[in-house]
Amino acid sequence: MYSNGYIFRYASIMVVLVAALLSAAAILLQPAQERNVKIEKIQDILQSANITSTTANAEELYGSHIVKEIVINSAGEELSIYSNGKFEKGNQRAFELDVKGELKAKQELKSGKGKKEPVFPLFVCQKGDQQLYIIPLYGVGLWGPVWGNMALKSDLNTVEGVTFGHKTETPGLGAEISTPIFESQFPGKAIFDSDGNFVSITVVKGGVANSNLDPVHGVDAISGGTITSNGVSSMLKNCLENYVTYIKNQKAI
Amino acid sequence: MSSEKTEREPMFSAKTKKLLIGPLNKDNPITVQVLGICSALAVTVKLEPAFVMAVSVMVVTAMSNLLISLLRNTIPPRIRIIVQLVVIAALVILVDQVLKAYVYDVSKQLSVFVGLIITNCIIMGRLEAFAMANKPWDSFVDGIGNGLGYGIILIIVAFFRELLGSGTIWGFHVMPKAFYDMGYVNNGMMILPPMALVVVGIIIWVQRSRNPELQEEN
Repeated sequence: MYSNGYIFRYASIMVVLVAALLSAAAILLQPAQERNVKIEKIQDILQSANITSTTANAEELYGSHIVKEIVINSAGEELSIYSNGKFEKGNQRAFELDVKGELKAKQELKSGKGKKEPVFPLFVCQKGDQQLYIIPLYGVGLWGPVWGNMALKSDLNTVEGVTFGHKTETPGLGAEISTPIFESQFPGKAIFDSDGNFVSITVVKGGVANSNLDPVHGVDAISGGTITSNGVSSMLKNCLENYVTYIKNQKAI
Repeated sequence: MSSEKTEREPMFSAKTKKLLIGPLNKDNPITVQVLGICSALAVTVKLEPAFVMAVSVMVVTAMSNLLISLLRNTIPPRIRIIVQLVVIAALVILVDQVLKAYVYDVSKQLSVFVGLIITNCIIMGRLEAFAMANKPWDSFVDGIGNGLGYGIILIIVAFFRELLGSGTIWGFHVMPKAFYDMGYVNNGMMILPPMALVVVGIIIWVQRSRNPELQEEN
């Protein structure tokens, strides 16, 4: 009833039509999608400093609170400083840095494969009379990437607040890292010990109370979400360690 | 085709009503036809994603049923499954893109589940079993009906899993504090997928004992 020619024509026309439709949709919707992603990033940064924003006022709040965007290298030098809409130094905005790419560059440099010197973003946030330092985080969970932001108090040691996000962690288990129940464990924790050595913050399976870790450097893991919890631990260590030299330099001044 | 139009059926004849209501009970896609079990296990830990998933599946089933029914006389039988799959996949990607652009929060919540709709066998099942042989309006109603039938089971399962597993309904705590003081603990098993299978099993059991005609004779 249907010739081979008909089948081929039918399939080709269908594929071309569907491809055109989907590409058109992707191109038309792209600006709106990119804007959403940017606003989400702004909201995450603000949220880690416990500044609640809505999608409408996020950009405005970002402008008034984030007084400085700094780009540093592993040696702790400030490469770029962006403040009040203009560059005081260098020409890179911390906001536009891709943390994932920089961490990859760091890995490659370590293993000798790459030559690119990684740089890391740091946001300075003025909240009331407090100055907060916000560090973006990026790591791997069970199914896909996890990320977040950590705000440190002006002593560059005590945590003011954190936010976590994830792409595909299991709802009810690993996905709980982005809920207030998990995030609220972080404020008050410290990333350096009393001797000034970097220890990071560990997510402890079975609970901090039952481990021999100093409770100021640990939080409770999520039952049933062990791999995601471990992912958060290594993300914190891997990301925060890049700032250790910078922080030590700042303290020495 | 044109001769059919002279004797139009009313919008909701007894037949279309049956298409809409049937899947809610005696023709339910999950408990009777045993389709779409996989996603029923995956998204029913909490009520909210289960609800959004139910709505999304309903939209996709209805729209793809409608499209395939409109095209049914032109589709070469030898590549019909491919055509159906292309229609479903295109619709799902379109829904995903629109969600990402205009309701970003919801799209973040759903993340992988939207993509999973493509693999939901209810949609494929309805296209193959119904839309290929029926008129567009009937097919559309059939899609809505099956989406509802799927959704209602999802919501029942999610209700019990969230209540017993996390002590919440739609994210709000409903288990009284007094229960916990008396030694009640949330059942962690309910959060894990196997318990969804057990809950679905219990629903099937209840349904069959109430509708003896569903029981096989052996």
